[in-house]
Amino acid sequence: MASTIATAAAVHAVPRSESGLWSWITTVDHKRIGALYGVTAFILFLVGGIEALVIRLQLAQPGNHFISPDVYNQMFTMHGTTMVFLAVMPLSASFFNFLVPLMIGARDVAFPRLNAFSYWVFLFGAIFLHVSFLHGGAPNVGWFGYANLTAKGFSPGSGVDFWAIGLQILGIASLAAAFNFIVTIINMRAPGMGFMRMPPFVWMTLVTSFLIILAFPVITVALVFLLFDRFTGTNFFVPAAGADPLLWQHLFWLFGHPEVYILILPAMGIISEVLPAFSRKPLFGYPVVVYSGIFIGFMGWGVWSHHMFAVGLGPLADSFFALTTMLIAIPTGVKIFNWLATIWGGKLRFTTAMHFALGFIALFTMGGLSGFMHASPPADLQQTDTYFVVAHIHYVLFGGALMGIFAGIYYWFPKMTGRLMNERLGKLHFWLMVTAMNVTFFPMHFVGLLGMPRRVYTYAPHMGFDWMNLTSTVGAFGIAVGLLVFMWNWWTSRRHGEPAGNDPWGGASLEWALPSPPPPWNFATIPVVRSIDPLWHRESRAAALAANEPSGPIHMPPSSHWPIVSALGATLLMSGMIFGWAIGIPGLVVTLAGIYAWAFEPCT
Amino acid sequence: MVARRPTRTVMRLVAALAPAALLAAALAGCAPNDFPQSTFNPRSEFAGMIQSLNLQLIFWVVLIFIVVQTLLIVAIVKFRARPDSPEPKPVHGNTALEIAWTIAPAIILAFVAVPTVLTIFKTQAKPVRTDLVVKVIGHQWWWEFQYPDLGVVTANEMHVPVGRTIVVDIETADVIHSFWFPAMGGKRDAIPGRPNRIWFTPDTVGVFPGQCAEFCGLSHANMRMKLMVETPAAFAAWVELQRRPPAGGGAAPDSTAAVSAAMALAPAPAPPAGSPAARGREIFGQSACIGCHTVAGLSAGVLGPDLTHFASRTTFAGSLFENTPDNVARWLTDPPGRKPGALMPNLGLTPEQVNALVAYLESLK
Repeated sequence: MASTIATAAAVHAVPRSESGLWSWITTVDHKRIGALYGVTAFILFLVGGIEALVIRLQLAQPGNHFISPDVYNQMFTMHGTTMVFLAVMPLSASFFNFLVPLMIGARDVAFPRLNAFSYWVFLFGAIFLHVSFLHGGAPNVGWFGYANLTAKGFSPGSGVDFWAIGLQILGIASLAAAFNFIVTIINMRAPGMGFMRMPPFVWMTLVTSFLIILAFPVITVALVFLLFDRFTGTNFFVPAAGADPLLWQHLFWLFGHPEVYILILPAMGIISEVLPAFSRKPLFGYPVVVYSGIFIGFMGWGVWSHHMFAVGLGPLADSFFALTTMLIAIPTGVKIFNWLATIWGGKLRFTTAMHFALGFIALFTMGGLSGFMHASPPADLQQTDTYFVVAHIHYVLFGGALMGIFAGIYYWFPKMTGRLMNERLGKLHFWLMVTAMNVTFFPMHFVGLLGMPRRVYTYAPHMGFDWMNLTSTVGAFGIAVGLLVFMWNWWTSRRHGEPAGNDPWGGASLEWALPSPPPPWNFATIPVVRSIDPLWHRESRAAALAANEPSGPIHMPPSSHWPIVSALGATLLMSGMIFGWAIGIPGLVVTLAGIYAWAFEPCT
Repeated sequence: MVARRPTRTVMRLVAALAPAALLAAALAGCAPNDFPQSTFNPRSEFAGMIQSLNLQLIFWVVLIFIVVQTLLIVAIVKFRARPDSPEPKPVHGNTALEIAWTIAPAIILAFVAVPTVLTIFKTQAKPVRTDLVVKVIGHQWWWEFQYPDLGVVTANEMHVPVGRTIVVDIETADVIHSFWFPAMGGKRDAIPGRPNRIWFTPDTVGVFPGQCAEFCGLSHANMRMKLMVETPAAFAAWVELQRRPPAGGGAAPDSTAAVSAAMALAPAPAPPAGSPAARGREIFGQSACIGCHTVAGLSAGVLGPDLTHFASRTTFAGSLFENTPDNVARWLTDPPGRKPGALMPNLGLTPEQVNALVAYLESLK
């Protein structure tokens, strides 16, 4: 067996460096790119987390002077921007990269070099955004950057420029990746895998990718307007010239609300894989779960103004957006009930991954319910822009997206590394984080309803906000301790974890038929899929396992350094807007040279 | 893959939810005095309508919360893997059940949607009557209140009579702010070029804090305000005081037709010559102060708050500081140091000048 695989490896004649820094820089292997995405996004997640701790320290007591108001405004702006664009999205992208080809029975994504390009653009965009700290201060206008506070007159520093250009760069990465996954999923499924036999995670990847390609152009347009205003003196958002600053809010939330589903749907996909595996039962109502995901993605386009109820759009608009928003509660509720029905009557194994998946249900439900409360505009008028909404988004994004991501890490770590993570440490991580998460964010519901606005660097004593803020601060450090446990677990398990074997959990989908970690070509033979959970049926299991038997020469894409060159050029080109022609022109040259060389690169 | 003992799992879940229960208890027992800016302390019909809708929402939300978490905990306890548990039946779905739990949320939604839409239209309808119009202008980072029918302009402290319907026109001088007195009802944004309007009828005499709710830059946290709900008599007295020609003589505030009748009021006595207040008035009139501040009869600046009756206010600078001579002196010494980003620069006043200015400002009753 080993020798036949060696033969198969020898068949693809292109020399590939398998280790060393250069192999990582030039890799086009979706699994390695997934690992790059994962590690980078996790480091950025820690950066965003440190920003959160700084915020919490400042708010630990009223009238605190731990940091200046300007630094505070930079912190909450970068915390939001980092967590949305640099942590949760790319962590999801890490799963897309690693899992989608494995789950659909493909050897790689449709455009492997474009995939590498996406990662490098994301990395350089993240670095670019953080250069702002050294260049006159980070962005300080909130992750939502409402006009006209972003106008040159009110925000003269270059922070807003870094923010707008940085988001444009990151948008390129997201768009390229999304197109890649759409083409991959539609065209490269193994024979027999109809759309309704795709694993739910692949479905959610597909829906998310469509949301990205439709939502990012909207923010791109808004950011182009803003950059024109700031660099060339146009008046897209200048009220004195007759512009309506609400244009920004409409554009931003028309992007921003689908963005919320871009953040949560992948996590929903992950737990739709984890719950069945540890219940030993198929996902209850698979078609309904899939359709609900599609419906949520679709409805996400019709609710943006619920971020704007305090704007005064009139009773008719408020009623419309209230009803569409409430409508989204239905497919969301259906999903939760389907997950409950999946574990109901199962044979539940409480692995760490299962803990996180169940934690997702418990915490995401709370975030959904507080969201349901401010779907009602009159109630929202008391809740919006207060800590109640901060509590809501953290139950949805921390309790939802991140719990799903951690479930996914514990579940697929053995597939990625060949070793199991330590379950005792994993459960310690889970209980620390869930407890600390509630200590941090639960009081925020109350401090918000008691009248504390968000985005304030300080608050008065005698308002009754004191001890709840202190509680939140203590909780935030509890979360940090939980993350340290996770990092320790990850670091030690990578090298010393128990060997996992092909299928440690008894999973249903194709990736569990492969060795852990899978070989670069994934499937020596592309398997034929005969059911929705191939490894759980006798005949289809045999068919899936046959994927390890080589049947002929394997053609793999060669590694390439042009993606990183093009990505670097594109980033330099755009940073020229701040650093001048001396950076911009070389950036343009490198971009063109990179794309030209890429296009004519011999492809064996 | 040894399963957790279910009792321990449940205990831990309970432990995780304990702070929740504690907080809920704390909130239920809280007095308005402990939480002056609470949204659960409605003091107008606008806030009352929101409150009753909010309570309905909380009822449904708590109910759904209990149902979902109970199902989750029961499933966790009941279906944990035991050595003798049989292999589960591979159930792929159940159409009747799934239709049921699609329809159930839809019915709950109907229960919430109807009162929601009714409340939207009620709270955003034209005011039944208009007893008083107050024009609110948000500034980075303080509030200006104009009473166009009364000829009164003030800052950071909004006075209204109890039991009268107040129509609030909301505007901004710079960026987007949001006007919010939780006791009076929901917030409404102040947007450049888009005047907004809300109305409410305060039903209780008292002082209610509020603050800007939309992030508006560096000192957003310091953009606070107070609502003084007064008896009609006290309000009338306040208006009379505000319309009184300012101390030290000079012209009255803008004399609109409505105001002219009140012009017979005697001006407050001028500070005696040679007193610190008189010296302060002199400094005020000769320095940069007049460029930004109005003191009727002396200056006509509009960038900063109108100071004609500065001493009649209990707080100043975005309602950030108590209006005491000490605080005013500290403020004058270094405004941006006291309120970050304050447009008022450090004028480099000597302590003697500061003391004189404080004496003058505190004489502007």
